Amino acid sequence: MTAKRRRSPVRVLIAKPGLDGHDRGAKIVARALRDAGMEVIYAGLRQTPEDIVRAALEEDVDLIGLSILSGAHMALFPKVLQLLKKEKASTIPVFAGGIIPDEDARRLRRLGVREIFGPGASLAEIVAAAQRLARGAA
Amino acid sequence: MTRPRPRSLAAALATGDRRALARAITAVESGDASADPLLRAIFPRTGRIPIVGLTGPLGVGKSSLVNLLVAHLRAQGRSVGVVAVDPSSPFSGGSVLGDRIRLERRADDEGVFFRSMASRGASGGVAASTRDVARLLEAAGFDVVIVETVGSGQVDVAIREVATTRIVVVVPHLGDEVQTLKAGLFEISDIFCINKSDLPGAETAERHLSELASLGPTPDGWRSRIVRTSTVLPLGIPELWAAVEAHEKFLADSPGRRDELRRRLTEEIVSRVRDVLAREVAERLETDPSLRRLVDKVVAREIDPRTAADRLLPLGRG
Repeated sequence: MTAKRRRSPVRVLIAKPGLDGHDRGAKIVARALRDAGMEVIYAGLRQTPEDIVRAALEEDVDLIGLSILSGAHMALFPKVLQLLKKEKASTIPVFAGGIIPDEDARRLRRLGVREIFGPGASLAEIVAAAQRLARGAA
Repeated sequence: MTRPRPRSLAAALATGDRRALARAITAVESGDASADPLLRAIFPRTGRIPIVGLTGPLGVGKSSLVNLLVAHLRAQGRSVGVVAVDPSSPFSGGSVLGDRIRLERRADDEGVFFRSMASRGASGGVAASTRDVARLLEAAGFDVVIVETVGSGQVDVAIREVATTRIVVVVPHLGDEVQTLKAGLFEISDIFCINKSDLPGAETAERHLSELASLGPTPDGWRSRIVRTSTVLPLGIPELWAAVEAHEKFLADSPGRRDELRRRLTEEIVSRVRDVLAREVAERLETDPSLRRLVDKVVAREIDPRTAADRLLPLGRG
């Protein structure tokens, strides 16, 4: 067999946890990651933390991106991290985007959310961070 | 209680280790040579369950039908593995795999495993490794595997080689009866599913398809069934599954079964040889200096591509 193979595309799960119907941001990020050569599993709206972790494991993703605008991030994100830990999958990096106050963002980072993007973040920044996190996970 | 850790991935699959399954799929999908021993080990135990293929143009409701079929099978106590394929970008190689959004199941239901796949450059509606991924799901113990293709066009018939029962999904107003006469997609259908049958036009679509079906059985003697469904009402899901079971029973009793299996596996061997040879040749044309000179001659139009290819062929042509 040939020794050298092209690296497979990065697989990333994009999901919106909780009861929040605003998925424009998640879709735009999904599209940007696609254009950066990633395989984006778009899980869409109203996902429970259990759904998200289940999808991440079945899809064997390198990275999880969560988008939230409902304000429930302090309930839902720690739950996702906790379930990942329970499944011995804490090595999968989690990044997030949405309306998240600075104080909450600091606490979420301490809990293990690797990157948090607020309004005004550029797609280039998000893509670069996703690539960096995915490489680190490999 | 201590349980011995399964030695091999094949053993891990058989014990229902879902992460082992997920990782094995990744390895097979990436064409990673480490997956070859696993595929070799599981092959003798495969080929025994229904592999149901859903194909049809984009937006006809394949993912929604998969969701309802999964629910129907779960209600009967059967476990289901799903592979859903979406296209890869010819530009970036990236992909948005969006078939999961229709899936409604309890997150703790171990009887369902859903995997999204990108086509990764393959034409025909499925990825090159989809057939092997279906085998992994079978080896992991699922009772039924469902394969959803990319939104297909008339020539996307690769599902024929992957599935045991092929469902072609259409919707009302997709075209007149002449469309049903055209070669390709409509020829590989064991079951026609007219989805969105809550909309006007379903009867006309059914009439066109029954005219097609009444022209005669498929080459193996099966008469295509037509089922009207709606995923919003919902309507026709038990009937759709009953049609799948009828076809599976037909296959089990069919005298042509071994011939068809032989045809399929021969095709698989040929396509494997083609892939491996093509990959090696492509690599050597870039790296081997004497072969680079051969390409130079073609570029200079001293010899033609066909002659150059003959010189590379190992079976002594040219």
